[in-house]
Amino acid sequence: MKLYCLSGHPTLPCNVLKFKSTTIMLDCGLDMTSTLNFLPLPLVQSARLSNLPGWSLKDGNVFLDKELKECSGHVFVDSVPEFCLPETELIDLSTVDVILISNYHCMMALPYITEHTGFTGTVYATEPTVQIGRLLMEELVNFIERVPKAQSASLWKNKDIQRLLPSPLKDAVEVSTWRRCYTMQEVNSALSKIQLVGYSQKIELFGAVQVTPLSSGYALGSSNWIIQSHYEKVSYVSGSSLLTTHPQPMDQAALKNSDVLVLTGLTQIPTANPDGMVGEFFSNLALTVRNGGNVLVPCYPSGVIYDLLECLYQYIDSAGLSSLPFYFISPVANSSLEFSQIFAEWLCHNKQTKVYLPEPPFPHAELIQTNKLKHYPSIHGDFSNDFRQPCVVFTGHPSLRFGDVVHFMELWGKSSLNTVIFTEPDFSYLEALAPYQPLAMKCIYCPIDTRLNFIQVSKLLKEVQPLHVVCPEQYTQPPPAQPHRMDLMIDCQPPPMSYRRAEVLTLPFKRRYEKIEIMPELADSLVPVEMKPGISLATVSAVLHTKDNKHVLQPLPRPAQPTGGKKRKRVSDDVPDCKGPKPLLSGCIPVEQFVQTLEKHGFSDIKVEDTAKGHIVLLQEAETLIQIEEDSTHIICDNDETLRVRLRDLVLKFLQKF
Amino acid sequence: MDPECSQLLPALCAALADPRQPVADDTCLEKLLDWFKTVTEAGSSLLLLEGSPCLVELLCQVPRAPGLSPGVLAFSLRLAGLLAAQEDCFQYLQQGQLLPGLFGEAGPLGGAAWTAPTVRSGWIQGLRAMAQHPSALRFLDDFGALDTVFSLQGDSSLFVASAAGQLLAHVLALCMGGPAGAQPGLQARDWPACAQRIVGHIEEALCSAAAPRVTQALHVLSTTFGRCHGPWGQVLWERLSPPVARLLEKDPVLAAHALVDLLLSVARSPALSSDSGLWETLAQTLGHLSPTQAGPLALGVLKLQDCPQALRTQAFDVLLQPLACVLKAAAEAPGPPGLPAAPAEDSAVVDVLLSSRSACVGLLCQTLAHLELLLPTPQRPSPWPQAALLGAAVTVLQFCRGSAVPASGVGSRLCVTLAGCVRVQRAALDFLGALSQDTGPRELLPRVFAVLLDYLASPDSSPTVLRKAFQATLRWLLSSPQPPGSCDLDPHTQRFLGELLPVLQKRLCSPCWEVRDSGLEFLAQVTRSWAGQAGFRDALLASEVPELAEQLLQDPESYVRASAVTAVGLLSGRGLHAARGSPERPGGPQKSLLLDLLHVLSTDSEGFPRRAAMQVFTEWLRDGHAEVAADPERFVARVLQAASQDLDWEVRAQGLELARVFLAQMLGQPGPDCPYAVAPPAAPAPGRLAQALRALCRVRLFEFAFRALFDCDRAVAQKSCDLLLFLRDRAAPCDGPQGMGGGPDAASAEATLQRWRAGEQGQPLGPLEPEAAVAVLRALDLEGLRGALAESSDHVERSPQSLLQDMLATVGVLGDHEADCY
Repeated sequence: MKLYCLSGHPTLPCNVLKFKSTTIMLDCGLDMTSTLNFLPLPLVQSARLSNLPGWSLKDGNVFLDKELKECSGHVFVDSVPEFCLPETELIDLSTVDVILISNYHCMMALPYITEHTGFTGTVYATEPTVQIGRLLMEELVNFIERVPKAQSASLWKNKDIQRLLPSPLKDAVEVSTWRRCYTMQEVNSALSKIQLVGYSQKIELFGAVQVTPLSSGYALGSSNWIIQSHYEKVSYVSGSSLLTTHPQPMDQAALKNSDVLVLTGLTQIPTANPDGMVGEFFSNLALTVRNGGNVLVPCYPSGVIYDLLECLYQYIDSAGLSSLPFYFISPVANSSLEFSQIFAEWLCHNKQTKVYLPEPPFPHAELIQTNKLKHYPSIHGDFSNDFRQPCVVFTGHPSLRFGDVVHFMELWGKSSLNTVIFTEPDFSYLEALAPYQPLAMKCIYCPIDTRLNFIQVSKLLKEVQPLHVVCPEQYTQPPPAQPHRMDLMIDCQPPPMSYRRAEVLTLPFKRRYEKIEIMPELADSLVPVEMKPGISLATVSAVLHTKDNKHVLQPLPRPAQPTGGKKRKRVSDDVPDCKGPKPLLSGCIPVEQFVQTLEKHGFSDIKVEDTAKGHIVLLQEAETLIQIEEDSTHIICDNDETLRVRLRDLVLKFLQKF
Repeated sequence: MDPECSQLLPALCAALADPRQPVADDTCLEKLLDWFKTVTEAGSSLLLLEGSPCLVELLCQVPRAPGLSPGVLAFSLRLAGLLAAQEDCFQYLQQGQLLPGLFGEAGPLGGAAWTAPTVRSGWIQGLRAMAQHPSALRFLDDFGALDTVFSLQGDSSLFVASAAGQLLAHVLALCMGGPAGAQPGLQARDWPACAQRIVGHIEEALCSAAAPRVTQALHVLSTTFGRCHGPWGQVLWERLSPPVARLLEKDPVLAAHALVDLLLSVARSPALSSDSGLWETLAQTLGHLSPTQAGPLALGVLKLQDCPQALRTQAFDVLLQPLACVLKAAAEAPGPPGLPAAPAEDSAVVDVLLSSRSACVGLLCQTLAHLELLLPTPQRPSPWPQAALLGAAVTVLQFCRGSAVPASGVGSRLCVTLAGCVRVQRAALDFLGALSQDTGPRELLPRVFAVLLDYLASPDSSPTVLRKAFQATLRWLLSSPQPPGSCDLDPHTQRFLGELLPVLQKRLCSPCWEVRDSGLEFLAQVTRSWAGQAGFRDALLASEVPELAEQLLQDPESYVRASAVTAVGLLSGRGLHAARGSPERPGGPQKSLLLDLLHVLSTDSEGFPRRAAMQVFTEWLRDGHAEVAADPERFVARVLQAASQDLDWEVRAQGLELARVFLAQMLGQPGPDCPYAVAPPAAPAPGRLAQALRALCRVRLFEFAFRALFDCDRAVAQKSCDLLLFLRDRAAPCDGPQGMGGGPDAASAEATLQRWRAGEQGQPLGPLEPEAAVAVLRALDLEGLRGALAESSDHVERSPQSLLQDMLATVGVLGDHEADCY
């Protein structure tokens, strides 16, 4: 059993598991941090961005000045943003049988895999994952396509040139494999390969293994996966949460007794408690608005925003912010808000019960009804008519490189009254802000990451007790910035196996058993003999039939009737001619009783010797020796077959036959 | 006993002895016992018995009445003990063989009733009450009661077990040094039989391997030595100290807590503390016990008056060791002097700190609490390692935030254990706050401020931790040194304040109401002390804190509104309020904070904000707040009108306080404020008095006070009574001829008051002229009213006669029903 690690990002995993005869891809995450190296795509012509000076080498060579621009000491690529794909060379991706998706953030690389690698298999995901994943992809494509960029920079990717560039461009990995965003057509084609599944649904893969999604508690429809054969079980835990937020709670029980547990997608900010961060978010929001400033929240169109809007609903009246406008701007804002309300069966219990009242499960419906929350597909159109300040704007993309957020950064960045509050933990906020420097607006970092932290992981592992844990190498050491925080790593026994990008792990367990079914009529013919209480044995002679990774014992075909010599042989004639098997013997021979029996049958002058392995019974008169050991009995007599048979029958009286 | 009670008693006794008439309420029996106790303390129990033979009859019948409730049985046992406490009465009861019947085998002992813990408890308490004289001791011995008491030490009911231990200690003390008998000889063989048996029993228990038995014995000894003042204590200790010392040989030490209690109790006993062997035992014990067990002993030792210096040093080291360990775990270089050398990595302290999270947290919290207790006491060790302790407290807090950099393996483990531990955070913040009372090394101040700011700013600080952080910050701020000869703040403090106010701003906007509340409380407290500091005023006024505090007057949570009222009232009183203009028209007419607070007083649905508003108003009136000083009469009238209709008695009482301040300003200080004044304060001139009275009438103070006089809440009525008495005395010069004050106005007012007294509070009083008011005032029997109010409201119902009647009434009702059945 092997694990091919195609992504080095612990929360955007992409691994391939070879298990029995199947090849299973676990998640398909897209690392978008590469976009931080690019200049933002402004929705409205930005004089500042277009007038940035070109970058020149130390020796004054300016041949890169069209591709690279300098802003406040940082160098950015002036081109369409590109993404860092999972490894495509480590394994032939056309051999992947299935792709299991655990949540909508972990499927963003799907079109690259399904459309460009010869993949012919099936993708499994839950319905909310697919629907919201589609929204995220749609938003991404829209953000990038609506700001067409004439030039595409590639000169800087030359290895010899890259070496000369300043950090972080110099250190960017595998820039030659970075790709532009996919198209909507590719998205649609990729999504058409997805088969929808429900929690706890058992899906057979070629009869060899069974895969089952389980609720992971992190996002709408998010799942962990169990991949099991009859005797082996691998759990794939990716992006799970034990906090009570909107999704169905995490199903932990089903993860018990795994041979291997692959653990990815833990919180990216292990030192920040989500509750504290929500408090921090609202304190800063209120503080800014009370001073007449605006608040910008760069975010994804789904996920934490639902919880934030819910907290907002509870908080705004009490904080005296009822008249403050909240704007949610995204090409998919409307769909996201509406989708969240229709996936009732994927929500936590409290929200599910609301549906029966009937009430919308999320209170943002009421915020929209009362005009406190307004949503728009973009800043163009209705929004510009309704726009009032001070206000709070939720919009994407959290990288600050594309989307409507770029416009608000340009608009509000110059005033210290305004605040940008980062809630998404995927991007370093300092790097995200770099092309906007110098910036007067306040920046607050309140990352809200509800995924498991290390304390919860340690409790989870104690509870489910896997034999082996496999995780990204980042989880096996303290964070580089806090090397003394030994509590911020996975601590379990045996220590976890770690992986990094482009590594192949041989998972530490061997398959020892295979399940074989037995046909009823064959089972009927068996005569089990109880060897000791609770254990019965029977011999069986049958044909082992193997098809689609299923093994069945079938009765032997009847011996063929002797037929005319000219008739063609039937298939069954190929079956080897089986004689009835010899009976098997079991039991042990009590020496004293055996000696008594011998005496009864007329033998005398019997001597018993104890040996290391058993006993030797000597019949001195008959010059015969019976050697009784734990697993064998020998009768040694000189050419007296009658005596041997007599003695054999006496021995057999003490043994069971079956 | 008064005759009425004597008459009621026989019927009651008969009812109590009747199993068919159960007493519904056990508290009646307790009250009855209390009453008997006062009666027996006041006079002879023998006379009481002779005067009330029904009591003897009750005590006779009780053991023989099957099915009697356990409550009555226990009551009878305790009553018998109470009566037998006097030796002559004991003899009297003995003559009738009453006591063996109750306390011996013939009584409830061993019978079915004995299963009720109440009965066992009554039995012990009866004996405890009785054991006051040698005859009682002999009685205990003769009837083998001691064996029963020994067995009851392990009773399943904790009350019974504890009472049994107390009884043994009491009997032992009585045998050995009781006032009744002569001092026994100091040789053990001369001791009374009772004492010998108890001591033997204790010795045996001390040698037992069962921890509960050892604990019981140690408890008895602790109690005994706690009361022991005679030389016999020394003899007893000489005999028992070897088995006690042997307890230390076991590992782990059995009943360590009880052992610590005993040793401290012995050490505190003046007769024993000169024993050098004792100090040795204490030193050994400190060395033997685990760090968690040794902590309380070390604290106790340090609090002792006369204790050898070496032992004190050892004890202080025990207390300091966990902190030394923490300090070392995070320090590359040796820390400030004063702490003992940090223990080796395999020491017991390190073992506890690393064994489990709960053990580590328990030891650290206990250590911090002990040191905090020691800090303000005169016995605290000197020199006090202030710098080292400050460093340790800061380090503990850094470990809890994950910001301490561990210097060793122990440090790394502590980092894992303590990260995010709220209990330790709270304890360490309390301790850090307490350390502020000492002028520590100035160079540590920035570190203290830094860690406090870290806690105040951190989003992960829980509301309770934040509250403690605010409290500690306040203590450090207020104790921070001031440059000599300047009313400005020291530069560290000024810088800290500059960083603190933005954090406070954020906290005032927190979604968690507890945090907003703590922030406002902090603001109020710091303003109260520092309103005069120019540095503070400038920093505060430059921030948005005053404005945010004012916005919190509309907070949805009543506690926050109350704190906001207090804070804003204080800020306004000290000239630190936000510039008030309507947001639409900055620079337009200013809104009045007075109106806002009046609005709170008259409309807020919760009591806390209204009480806070009344307190602010009283303070404003007292301090001459600008908005009040403009027209104090109008102010007082409006406030009193709002307060008089309030449903919360505290608001009404605070209204009277405001009225008192107003009166004082009009007429001079009231008497009760200067109870030791030699001469009464000079009465105001008649002209001024008349003017003042007219003002009082205008603000309708009389109506408010008269109404409060008949308030259903006694505290309000009392306060009003005091106020009116003062007013009446001051108004004396205004008298003129008697009767002049009468007239139709006064008569109608008096009639209204009569109706108010009868409970018809709805009737208005109408405008009152000063003369009429004074006349009404004089007509009221204020002294009588004050006397009546001074009695508690149930003084009539609490008389013994009423108690007996009540008890009889309940059984009487039962009797009626029985009659109905036939």
